[in-house]
Amino acid sequence: MTAKLKVATVSLAGCFGCHMSFLDIDERLLPLLDLVEFDRSPLTDIKHCGPCDIGLIEGGVCNAENVHVLREFRDNCKVLIALGACAVNGGLPAQRNHLSVADILQEVYCTGHGLAQGSRIPNDPELPLPLNKVHPVHEVVKIDYFLPGCPPSGDAIWAFLNDLIAGKDPRLGHALLHYD
Amino acid sequence: MSFALETASAGHKNLRRVAIEPVSRVEGHGKVTLLLDEHNKVHQVRLHIVEFRGFERFIQGRPYWEVPVMVQRLCGICPVSHHLAASKALDIIVGAKQITPTAEKMRRLMHYGQMLQSHALHFFHLSSPDLLFGFDSDVAQRNIVGVAARYPDIAKQGILLRKFGQEVIFHTAGKRVHGTGSVPGGVNRSLTGAQRNALLADADQMVAWSREAVKIIKELHMQNPALYDAFGTFRSNFMGMVDTQGNLDFYHGGLRAKDADGGILFDNIDYQGYDKLITEEVKPWSYMKFPYLNQLGPETGWYRVGPLARVQTCDRIPTPLAELERQALMAYAAQGGGALMHASLGYHWARMIEMLCAAETVRDLLHDDDLEGTDLMVTGERQREGVGVIEAPRGTLFHHYQVDENDLVTMANLIVSTTNNNHAMNTAVREVASKYLDGHEITEGLLNHIEVAIRAYDPCLSCATHAIGKMPLEVVLLDAAGHELDRKYKQ
Repeated sequence: MTAKLKVATVSLAGCFGCHMSFLDIDERLLPLLDLVEFDRSPLTDIKHCGPCDIGLIEGGVCNAENVHVLREFRDNCKVLIALGACAVNGGLPAQRNHLSVADILQEVYCTGHGLAQGSRIPNDPELPLPLNKVHPVHEVVKIDYFLPGCPPSGDAIWAFLNDLIAGKDPRLGHALLHYD
Repeated sequence: MSFALETASAGHKNLRRVAIEPVSRVEGHGKVTLLLDEHNKVHQVRLHIVEFRGFERFIQGRPYWEVPVMVQRLCGICPVSHHLAASKALDIIVGAKQITPTAEKMRRLMHYGQMLQSHALHFFHLSSPDLLFGFDSDVAQRNIVGVAARYPDIAKQGILLRKFGQEVIFHTAGKRVHGTGSVPGGVNRSLTGAQRNALLADADQMVAWSREAVKIIKELHMQNPALYDAFGTFRSNFMGMVDTQGNLDFYHGGLRAKDADGGILFDNIDYQGYDKLITEEVKPWSYMKFPYLNQLGPETGWYRVGPLARVQTCDRIPTPLAELERQALMAYAAQGGGALMHASLGYHWARMIEMLCAAETVRDLLHDDDLEGTDLMVTGERQREGVGVIEAPRGTLFHHYQVDENDLVTMANLIVSTTNNNHAMNTAVREVASKYLDGHEITEGLLNHIEVAIRAYDPCLSCATHAIGKMPLEVVLLDAAGHELDRKYKQ
């Protein structure tokens, strides 16, 4: 038996919907586990990405920690995939890009509805540095494949991974390629 | 308001920082930091929510009819909750005082399908490794892959329960994740007979497997009461939604809260006035706010929501098998001498009872011919403001919108389920840290105890990061060639 391929997954500025769609391969997850093992992923307790064959990135880049994690994945993964709309182009969170961060903060933490008097913007050093804009992942590191969709369907992820695991260049047909 | 172990006193210097980063096998982005002295005495424990996306602000200026499909992108695990809470708020804005029977039943079916898939995902895929293998078991095994290898039947049932819930969502919403079925004033589709039959074919099996799941967690709890009753246990108020008869209802009802001894704090409250009940406090170390009940204030007014809260605030569950299990849980709590169960791990037990309720409800609803109706939408006198509340898998979810004469959103306020549990989760991690970690050499297994306490609440930290935060420093993002791509906001 050949060694299992190592797969790492992460959600940056995403909603975990792409991870849910990955789980939408349903019972096909069980035979997949004969072929791959998970490294860092929300499904395991491995906190840092080690050397891997495949890295799946959900979500765009909205803060300094996202940048850090994304670079760790690029350094460790032979093939890196932008999984879903947010990783591909920033997605819905990038709708904040036309707004001033200062205005958003002021409203959400100081002047918004139902806040306790004297509420201030959180500023603890433990909170990662936000970026002015939400970026697609390819603006920060080299990406090998882009899988569109919000989210890509479980069937699309399944077909893509099967091609990749078989050593083929993945191609999604018309039926699996969608952007909604 | 500050609580014990929330903030280390300024007198202690040279405290060592230990971080759990990221908190794993939960949905979303969080980390825990501990400050310890040279004897490993715990001085400070905090669960930080570290991401921020700004939904409340950037949906302003958008047409209201986009909102149900935009806001569900808060969360890919429970998108239906946001889809429906927004739809309910917008029903009021389009003047749909009473949606059609077909619309309400389609939404209910979608929602109970979601409850089934989300609870299955949380129990089987995320939490069962801790409960089946032990909190400090081998990290390589402590995941769904380990469960599939050791307990293949349990793993398979979990996968298929989740699949069934996702299929219910697919048929009612059009997609498994981020569907489009619900719209302001109703729904845009109904079911065909073939769709109903396809789902009905598996419905009884799902009820049977859900009963098995309740049995698994109930036995784990009863076989090890010393752990399950005491781990991360603290007294609190509870809040949930019930229908006019006091039945558990995930889709619609009035708000009810109980104090730690089971006394009613308020009952049958119309959620349009939610902002008179609840105020949100901001703390500098988390992007997630800390809500409290106004009648009690910030010190004692914090509360818990979600499965353990709902199962104990309702008078009964309207499906028979789940109701029997609710009675068993309440009897067990009474045996312990209290009116209510306060154990954090009790959430798993209550969650599986709710999954059983969801499976029974989906099966019963599928027999209702209204699901094939063609009367899908109503409108009425246009309003400027509406609040929609739903019991999401993780607890009570509030959506509040104001819309101007051009149909554009001018104000949005969201209190997501996990935010309601923010104080409770922080209390749980402080409790576990002081009981299990204090004075010990910190190991991976001990740190996982902290995560076990957080996981009990099934936090959806993506949902909770709809707000956006800032830092007092500056950072510059450079591309591979050294060109500046972005500069972080500077205060």
